[in-house]
Amino acid sequence: MKTILYIIQKEFKQIFRNKGMLPIIFVLPVLQLIILSNAATFEVQNIKFGYIDNDHTSTSRALVEKFNASEYFNVLTDFPSESKASAEMLLGNVDVVLDIPQYFERDLQKEKYMNLGVTINAIDGAAAGVENVYVTQVIQRFNQNLKVDLQQVSDQQIQPVNINTIPLFWYNETLNYKTFMVPGILVLLVTMITLFLSGMNIVREKEIGTLEQINVTPIKKSQFIIGKLFPFWVIGMALLTIGLLLAKVIFQVPMVGSLALLYLYTSIYILVILGIGLFISNFTDTQQQAMFIAWFFTVIFILMSGLFTPIESMPKWAQIVTEFNPIRYFVEVMRMVMLKGSGFMDILPHLLKTLLYAFVMNGLAVWRYKKTT
Amino acid sequence: MKRFIGFVKKEFYHIFRDRRSLFILFGMPIAQILLFGFAITNEINNVDIAVLDHSKDATTKEIINKIAASKYFSIKQMITHEADITSVFEKGQVKAVLNFENDFSKNLINDHKATLQIVTDATDPNTANTISNYINAILQQYQLELNKGITTPYQIVSQTRMVYNPELKSVYMFVPGVMTIILMLVSAMMTSISITKEKEMGTMEILLVSPINPFQVIIGKVVPYIFLSVINAIVIVLLSIFIFHMPVQGSLFLLGFESVLFIVSALALGILISTISKTQQTAMMISLMGLMLPVILLSGFIFPISSMPVPLQVISNIIPAKWFIIIIKGIMLKGVGLQYIWKETLILIGMTVFFIALSVKKYKIRLE
Repeated sequence: MKTILYIIQKEFKQIFRNKGMLPIIFVLPVLQLIILSNAATFEVQNIKFGYIDNDHTSTSRALVEKFNASEYFNVLTDFPSESKASAEMLLGNVDVVLDIPQYFERDLQKEKYMNLGVTINAIDGAAAGVENVYVTQVIQRFNQNLKVDLQQVSDQQIQPVNINTIPLFWYNETLNYKTFMVPGILVLLVTMITLFLSGMNIVREKEIGTLEQINVTPIKKSQFIIGKLFPFWVIGMALLTIGLLLAKVIFQVPMVGSLALLYLYTSIYILVILGIGLFISNFTDTQQQAMFIAWFFTVIFILMSGLFTPIESMPKWAQIVTEFNPIRYFVEVMRMVMLKGSGFMDILPHLLKTLLYAFVMNGLAVWRYKKTT
Repeated sequence: MKRFIGFVKKEFYHIFRDRRSLFILFGMPIAQILLFGFAITNEINNVDIAVLDHSKDATTKEIINKIAASKYFSIKQMITHEADITSVFEKGQVKAVLNFENDFSKNLINDHKATLQIVTDATDPNTANTISNYINAILQQYQLELNKGITTPYQIVSQTRMVYNPELKSVYMFVPGVMTIILMLVSAMMTSISITKEKEMGTMEILLVSPINPFQVIIGKVVPYIFLSVINAIVIVLLSIFIFHMPVQGSLFLLGFESVLFIVSALALGILISTISKTQQTAMMISLMGLMLPVILLSGFIFPISSMPVPLQVISNIIPAKWFIIIIKGIMLKGVGLQYIWKETLILIGMTVFFIALSVKKYKIRLE
């Protein structure tokens, strides 16, 4: 026991002696949490809207006015020609172009039916889909007005049936992205710090040659590893605490469920990450190799965590791959406990999988670490 | 000049001797781009939903069938009590619950109006919103069928044309993004330790007493990595063309030039990190912790920059990846030439010059 305490002491000293590292461990994540949480929004706003009005009548102007009044569209530009509009779209100065044909008003009166061309820059397919919905909504509202203005009484004889839908957004009525993203980004930051630090740790001693010295000391393998990992575990928990406080104070993220449950889960989760870090560290020859591998897995873990893109939409094989993604479980547990108030029994499956993962990874890492080189 | 070439040669040897690192360096990006190209999509498919049908009549069955038949949803379970909604959400089993009112069909016939609640788990607001929109669209369609024959006068219908990506493939969005992350981080990480490693290993002294000047040291360190990164870039572009069928509407030559430019800017950033950090560990942590999330979140790779708050839109300008993403999407998907992206190109050039100048200035010619 005493040996472990000594090595823990030594490790802490080593971490805190390096003054350059402290801001990276504590300040950088905090700054990123505060700044980047604001960046992560899928809301489509400020759509750069342009139009080509070939009609110049009160109806065409009224239609454009509807778009102007909508909160989603802005920077209205009247393009003199279609070629000018597509050139501007190539430059990226406009996202949506509405093409109002000549005789728009006259034909609408006559035919009672009118097609309007809308061009959308669809490189971001998801955003384009949403933009299309907004355009349709504005036009539908315009149609409703037209009916009131122009409709004759005789038209209204057979009453159409109407299915009323009431959308209810539970756990986040206002669809506030920060409520969702702040816990997620906190997960990423805790994971990255603990993984990178532990991943570099043993290989560093290998690279500068001090590992041999430790190998000749009477310390046991398990003592050495526990002593190495414990400080990072503490740093991870400390970051979680700072992050949760910021989430509460700055972003007003609700904490519906049990804080203790969240800590229980995180304490096990960090063990998984440390196990992975240790395994990488034992496996590689240089710090650079270790970091490349850590980076490789981190990018995969982040992009396949369900934080930015939904897991259900992935192909089946990829969904199976996500089963091995620790970040996925952490993100889910965070959301469940903080936002929905899920209890111990609800997260038990996640907890058990994480626990198993922790045993496997640390087992592998210890097995891979040879005291003799 | 001869001395300089000798130095570059030495750097090349260093890199190629480390087979394992090389394997990692080339293997990883290939694995990543394949994995992400196939797996990541922000479309909605097969979302699990539950149904609470208080009415259980012909109409509700028909609506449920319509929803189950769409590729967006699969009906995971039928529940019987309002209280079950909470528990299925808390267990995380479904993303939405359809709640049909009592006497749905009867109300629809008698009052021409029936109500359906769409309860979504909005902890993920984007998915919740999309689910709600899609179910609404399916219902609208169903309503149109029911109302067939009843004319609604004065209709303006929009005919939408989706340009540059008519099938709304999300791979067109993700491949350029992933390519950018890979090139940016791999490049920056490679050079960020190049000088710190010499400092840490004690070989810096030898460099300092040698007759090559700081500028030559920095350039000599960068050159081999340009070579490696260009191979990486070529592999990635080939994969995206042949496996993901990404178009290259514009000039391949221009794409190559811009990629080299971006790589050099990332390598220069790495060198800058290298000159200001004392240990490899610090350098790695700065390039990984400092670059990864900002590049993913602020470059427009996943989240549209125009939706961000204005201060963040301003900050996003200092992320080189933002400009490169605009450039490659322009060349590959829109087919634009240099006349459309000269501004972005100049910004990248400016950043590169700035990084290199600052590195040379920060490069200490004396040991502390």
